[in-house]
Amino acid sequence: MYNARYVIPALLVFIILITLPFWVNVVTPEYSRPELVLPAGAEACVEPVEYMRAEHMRLLNEWRDAALREGKRVYTSSTGQVWDINLQNTCMHCHTDKAGFCDACHDSNSVDPYCWDCHIEPGAVTGASGNGGKQ
Amino acid sequence: MAFSLMMALSIAVIAGVGAGLGLEYFFGIVLPLAAVLVFIAGVVWRVIGWARAPVPFSIATTGGQQKSLPWIKPACLDAPYTSVGVIGRMVLEAVTFRSLFRNTAAEMRGEGDEPRLIYWSSKWLWAFGLLFHAAFFLVLFRHFRFFLEPVPFFIPWIENLDGLMQFGVPRFFMSDALLLAAVLFLLLRRLKDPKLRYISLPADYFPLFVLLGIIISGIALRYFAKSDVASIKVLTMGLVTLNPVLPEGVGTTFFVHLTFVSVLLIYLPFSKLMHMAGIFFSPTRNMPCNTRQYRHINPWNPPKKYRTYAEYEDEFREVMAEAGLPLEKQPEEEK
Repeated sequence: MYNARYVIPALLVFIILITLPFWVNVVTPEYSRPELVLPAGAEACVEPVEYMRAEHMRLLNEWRDAALREGKRVYTSSTGQVWDINLQNTCMHCHTDKAGFCDACHDSNSVDPYCWDCHIEPGAVTGASGNGGKQ
Repeated sequence: MAFSLMMALSIAVIAGVGAGLGLEYFFGIVLPLAAVLVFIAGVVWRVIGWARAPVPFSIATTGGQQKSLPWIKPACLDAPYTSVGVIGRMVLEAVTFRSLFRNTAAEMRGEGDEPRLIYWSSKWLWAFGLLFHAAFFLVLFRHFRFFLEPVPFFIPWIENLDGLMQFGVPRFFMSDALLLAAVLFLLLRRLKDPKLRYISLPADYFPLFVLLGIIISGIALRYFAKSDVASIKVLTMGLVTLNPVLPEGVGTTFFVHLTFVSVLLIYLPFSKLMHMAGIFFSPTRNMPCNTRQYRHINPWNPPKKYRTYAEYEDEFREVMAEAGLPLEKQPEEEK
């Protein structure tokens, strides 16, 4: 082999870089899905849980457009229930613990939503929350 | 092209149907891990193969004035004659594609009935090639949020920069669209130019279609046919901790995406995509332009057998002396 003193270190660097996630995770504790603080006393979210897990961001985006751009404040869910379109009074009426519910999963998956550029976490200012958005 | 397209489509169909039929363990765990192994072993094998190949001639590309007499200014980067110059040229080549910047295209141009053949600078391939590589790097880099826990601080930085426009939720990453645009350009370029289309082979189209498959399934996974991202991270972390788990809530789109990535990893070491390592083994780029200063010895030359004049004279001294030829050393007088 020619230039072994360059080729072999370069190959080692390549292998280490490619396998770096494997090595890094040898020293980190075993990964499990983040434990979320689920709201006590609430039976169901506005949509079924599988839908909410995958699509909650789309729902929130549609709610924002409906409320702010179209002035539409009523949402009828796939189960036929009617909800008030309102992040702080509907969603966060049950999901009161932003750090334990939103942030736990978002931080673990490196998601940085810009909801909080405008919205304020309930309790952060007055400690009050609405009627749960049920109509 | 049709063959490559069929191949890429069948990957999507096989992965989609397979995952639907309950082969998630194969497509989600066995195939990706095997793909990483094949990728590493394949790259090492190819690189060692290149490193074992001797270079008979000094064939470095001279893109400028070679170093010669002290009062002639040499082109330090385009005809590098030192190791530093060679490394500089190689790094700039890998990062900015300087040689592709010099690309020319032959075109018939001119007015009226007299079009002339003109070779003119063509930067399209350079621009979109650079865009493709940069966007691909960004996208790959962002994916490390799925393989590291906690996510390192610089990944959110990159994500915030990439999603600076705050368009939609989940926020739209500009690199996604740029990557798709760049790959589509590279594909359409092959299809549009008849000369290029004539010389294009399945090995040229297949990587483009696999990349398109990865990009389209990835974009679909993020914006349209979503899966629960927390479940996906459980799966990917299971892969990198070699402790595989198959969580609920991972959709078919994810398996299609992952299978395309696995196919790319398996295919890469045996394809033209190995230019990622091959560029560093190109004698035209990794040799210094110093043929005026040093003689390059072909490594497979047999060892030279020399016979010096002294040895020759030792053998024939007596005969030469008899013939009266001049000698450097006179024969010893017999006493």
